[in-house]
Amino acid sequence: MNTSMSKHSPRDRVTGTPFTRGLGVVILAGITLLIILAIFVSPADVNQGESVRIMYAHVPGAWLAYLAFVVTGISSVAYLWKRTRSLTWDRIAGASAEVGVLFMGISLVTGSLWGRITWGTYWTWDARLTTTAFLFVTYIGYLAVRGLGGTHQQRARRSAVLALLAVLEIPLVHFSVQLWNTLHQEASVAGRGTDVEMDGLMLFTLFLGVVVFTLMYVWLVLHRQRSLALDDMLDDSGLDNALTARRAEAQGVAR
Amino acid sequence: MSNSVPGSAGVIATARLIAAKDLRVERRSRVLLNQVLPFALIVMVMFAFALDSDAVLERVAPGLVWLATLFSVLVMVSRSFAVETGDGALDQLRSAGVPATGIFIGKMLALMVQLMVLVALLVGAAVVLYRAHFSWAGGVLLVTTATAATCGLAAVGTLYGGLAAGAKGRETLLPLLLLPVVAPVLIGATRATESAFGTNGIAISEGWPWLGLLVVFAVLFSVAGAVAFGPLLDE
Amino acid sequence: MDDAGFIFASYVITFGLVGAYALGVIRRARKSSREVPRDERPWL
Repeated sequence: MNTSMSKHSPRDRVTGTPFTRGLGVVILAGITLLIILAIFVSPADVNQGESVRIMYAHVPGAWLAYLAFVVTGISSVAYLWKRTRSLTWDRIAGASAEVGVLFMGISLVTGSLWGRITWGTYWTWDARLTTTAFLFVTYIGYLAVRGLGGTHQQRARRSAVLALLAVLEIPLVHFSVQLWNTLHQEASVAGRGTDVEMDGLMLFTLFLGVVVFTLMYVWLVLHRQRSLALDDMLDDSGLDNALTARRAEAQGVAR
Repeated sequence: MSNSVPGSAGVIATARLIAAKDLRVERRSRVLLNQVLPFALIVMVMFAFALDSDAVLERVAPGLVWLATLFSVLVMVSRSFAVETGDGALDQLRSAGVPATGIFIGKMLALMVQLMVLVALLVGAAVVLYRAHFSWAGGVLLVTTATAATCGLAAVGTLYGGLAAGAKGRETLLPLLLLPVVAPVLIGATRATESAFGTNGIAISEGWPWLGLLVVFAVLFSVAGAVAFGPLLDE
Repeated sequence: MDDAGFIFASYVITFGLVGAYALGVIRRARKSSREVPRDERPWL
C-alpha cells in the first residue's frame, strides 16, 4: 500500500491535467483582456453611463449560474436513469451546483451594486430577481443535503431527487411572484432606464465575458468533480488506511 | 420491492393505516394540542408586539396567519418523522414491503388534518386579536383556500421531512429546504385570505385565481411526493 | 469615471471570489490526494 502511494511535491498533479493547465492559462489571459476591455476600452452607454461596465461581469455570471443548475438537473436525471447510472454523474451534479451557487452569489452582489447605480436601490421585488434569490437558497439547501452523510449511493439518489424537485419548484415560485407583482404593485423598476444600446465593441466585450465565464465554469467543475472523486475514494479506502498513513507521515517528520 | 411480500397491503389501505396510526399517536400524546397550538398562538401575539398598530395588524392579518402556519409546519413535520425514525420504524416498514406511496399519502393526510385544526385556530385568533372580518360569504373561499393550502403544505412537508429523516442535523436543515419551496403557498394563501377577509376592500371574487395557484401547487407536489418518496427512502 | 468604486468593487468581488474558490478546491484536493494512490485516478 505504502509503496504505491506517491509523495507529492507541490508541482505534482492532483486534479490538474495538461488540458486544465492550458485552459487555466487561456482563462487568465481572457480575464485580463476582459477587464481591460470592460473597464477601460469599451464606451459608456448613452442611457446608463459608466455603470454599464458592471454588465460584462454580471450578465455572464448570472447566465452561467443558470446553466450550472441546468447541468445539475441533467446529471441528476442521468444518475437516476438506470442505464447511465454512475457516481460520476452525481459528482458532476454536485460540482456544478457548487459552482452555480458561487456564480449566483457573485451575480446577486454585482447585480445589486449595478441596481444601486441605475435604479437607486440595491433590491427590487421583480420576479426575475426574486426567483434568482430563491434559486440561490434552494441550491444552498441542495448542497447541505449532499453533506448529510450515508453511503455514496444514498447521497447520490437523495440529491438527484432533490435536484429534480428544485426544477419543479422554480417555475412555480417564478409564476407566483410574477402574479403577486402584477396584481399588487406598480410595474417594477427593473427594465426601466436599463435599455442598453450596444455597439460592436460592447457586444464583443459581453461575448468575451460569456466565453471567459464558460471556460471558468468548465475549469472549476472539472477540478471540483475530481476533488469530490478523491474524497469518495478516501472514504472508500477507509479511515484506517488514512490513519496509518498519517502516523507514518508524522513519524517521518519527527525523525 | 413493494410486491416482495405476498398479500402486502395496497396503497390505499396502507395510507389509511398510517394516517390512523399518526392521528392515534397525536390523540394519545397531545403534542399538537399541548405544544404546537400554544406555540402558534404565542407567535400571533408576538407579531402584535412587533407591528404595534391596530391598523397595520388588520391590514397584514392574513399574511400573519399563514406565516404562523408555516412556522408550525416546520415543527409538525419534525415531529411527524421523529415518531418514525426514533426506533427505526420507517426502515422496518420499508423492509416489510409496505409501499412507499402508501406511507407518503398516509403521513400527508394525517399532517393535513392536524394543519386544518391549526389553521382554524389561527383564523379565529386573527379575528379576535387582529380584528379580521370574517363573513359567511368569504367563508367558502376561506375553507377551500385552507384545504388547498394545507394539502400543498402537507405534501411538501412530508416529502422533505422524509428526505431529511434520520439524518444528523435535520432540525436545522428542514427549514432551509422547506421554506423556499412553500413560498408560492404563502403568496397564494395570503392573497386569497385577504379577499376572504375583505382586507383593504378587496372583493371576494379576486381570491379565486389565487386558489387556482394553490390547487396547482397541491396537485403537483402530491404527485411528485407519491412518485419520489420511494426512491428517497430506499437504500 | 462615475461610480468607479462600484464598478471596481464588482470586478474585485467577481474574480476575487472565483479565485478564492479555485484555490480552496485545489488545496482540499491536495490534502485528500495524499492518501489516494495515484493509479486510482482515472484522469491522470
